[in-house]
Amino acid sequence: MNQVSMPTDSSVIPKKKKKKYNYRKYSPLLIMMIPGFLYILINNYLPMFGIVIAFKEINFAKGILQSDWIGLANFKYLFQTSDAYIITRNTILYNVVFIIAGTVLSFITALMLIEIKNKFLLRTYQAIISMPHLISWVILSYLVYAFLSAENGLLNRTILPMLGIEGDISWYTEAKYWPVILTLVDFWKGVGYGSIVFFAALLGINEEYYEAARIDGASRWKQITGITLPLVVPVIIVMTLLKLGRIFYSDFGLFYQVTLNSGALFETTATIDTYVFNGLTGGGNMGMSAAAGFYQSIVGFILVITVNYLVRRKDKESALF
Amino acid sequence: MKNESPILTWLSYISLLVFSVICILPFFLLISASLTDQNSIVANGYSFLPKVFSTSAYEYLFMRGNDIIRAYGISVFITVFGTCSGLVITLLMAYPLARTETPHRGLIMFFIFFSMLFSGGLVPTYLIYAQLLDLKNTIWALVIPGLLTNGYYIMMMRIFMQGSISKDLIESAQIDGAGEYRVLWSIIIPTSTPILAVIGLFTAIMYWNDWQNGMIYITKPELFSIQNLLQRIMQDIQFITNNMGANASGALQQMPSDTVKMAIAVLGSLPILIAYPFFQKFFIKGIMFGAVKG
Repeated sequence: MNQVSMPTDSSVIPKKKKKKYNYRKYSPLLIMMIPGFLYILINNYLPMFGIVIAFKEINFAKGILQSDWIGLANFKYLFQTSDAYIITRNTILYNVVFIIAGTVLSFITALMLIEIKNKFLLRTYQAIISMPHLISWVILSYLVYAFLSAENGLLNRTILPMLGIEGDISWYTEAKYWPVILTLVDFWKGVGYGSIVFFAALLGINEEYYEAARIDGASRWKQITGITLPLVVPVIIVMTLLKLGRIFYSDFGLFYQVTLNSGALFETTATIDTYVFNGLTGGGNMGMSAAAGFYQSIVGFILVITVNYLVRRKDKESALF
Repeated sequence: MKNESPILTWLSYISLLVFSVICILPFFLLISASLTDQNSIVANGYSFLPKVFSTSAYEYLFMRGNDIIRAYGISVFITVFGTCSGLVITLLMAYPLARTETPHRGLIMFFIFFSMLFSGGLVPTYLIYAQLLDLKNTIWALVIPGLLTNGYYIMMMRIFMQGSISKDLIESAQIDGAGEYRVLWSIIIPTSTPILAVIGLFTAIMYWNDWQNGMIYITKPELFSIQNLLQRIMQDIQFITNNMGANASGALQQMPSDTVKMAIAVLGSLPILIAYPFFQKFFIKGIMFGAVKG
């Protein structure tokens, strides 16, 4: 949810004409911003310069600045293995599924929410379906574990026998099931939340359109296809495009916690984020992980800029900048 | 209402009911599993209704509850402290940007905005906080990295303020001799309570749920937040007993490990589930506000 609409007014673009600022009068306003400014400088800008470590041999004894430059060696290692291909493929494919199917499901849910006229029920439904979004990934990993645990899980001990399937499935070591599992978990956590976002957009449609349609005798279904969809689809396209700009970033908790970071699942569950993290925390190679991080930052940035350019051409108001 | 479609309406009611049940069921399974007798779990696995009811998992945790209580304490501290200081920082950044007179406003806005577009990634961030600032294994490592404020919250608050601030009111207050801080305190904050509540709530949820900072920067078990404790226990249930020191092997034998795992997850999610009915209205309003302005 990073779509903040920047105002397109002139205030953003520094004026060519030299402006005389009244520093004396407005100094309190500038002083107020110091803590936030420093925080963003340290938290966001310093690491940006740090991406150069991808070109260094990281040596904690020597420190960051003193570590030796090794050129593209880290990248060579990364792209020589199949790791780079696997993590890129997984990150992008999961995102595509999550964005497209997730958006459709959220939108359908929002259409249903609009149908609920009983205020109390509406509020209850909204509260319940957005609740999973509130739960941390760690707790979520426990919820999934209760279903998938090889020894005690509900699936192995109750559901599979009920379906007449013999033998236990060792879920946490069988990579082939995880694309489905992770997609279901992502929907469970995100669809309700997403539907509230669309619900807000649907509420914004002027009631008069529906009034007029009703007088003309349009059925509820006709109203949806004739009024709601044409008005909301452009919004959805823009939102989807903006999400596509973040296609190089994965929801780290989903791929790390829910899979219990099981190495056997690497083939289908490793994403760029988990790869970088495992490299950092000792499960992999720090240099390669820095290279993967660099690759993510740069490609991610190019994607955001490109996508924004496309959105801007379509609808200037909705573009990020 | 002759052109309302009863089929569509009924379909919506039923589908949403099913969806709601799906959202609740996993919690139900978790709670039920934590209240089942250990031997029954070994025989039948986790199930939606306890075959043999038992509270032994909770009794066990209650007996050796020091770790859990300390982890709770750390989670509460970082949530309260982080949310309060984060909110102050966000407010102090957003308000001057909502005022058009602020010098270099455009430049500062770009500074914030660019920080949302480009990120250095995890490895450099780690090096900054662990090596340069030496925050490793301190409680500040749970509060500072990444969570205090971000461009998105600052922009959200700025946009809200731009819509609610009355320029005339500020000017007349200043003619009456009020300084900028006075204006902020007595005019801006009271009119901005809705956005302060929403962003405070989102920040608090982020702090309570955060496990990443703990995993990256904390190795000392005494500084584990509840999320980190839970994560450690998922990896290794014996962490509870090992960490208690004395009489570990004896304790491990008595431990109903399969149910304890579930019970501790229930304890970890309880605070948010109990508080949710009280703040759900704000939570949903917040999501909708972000959507409309977004």
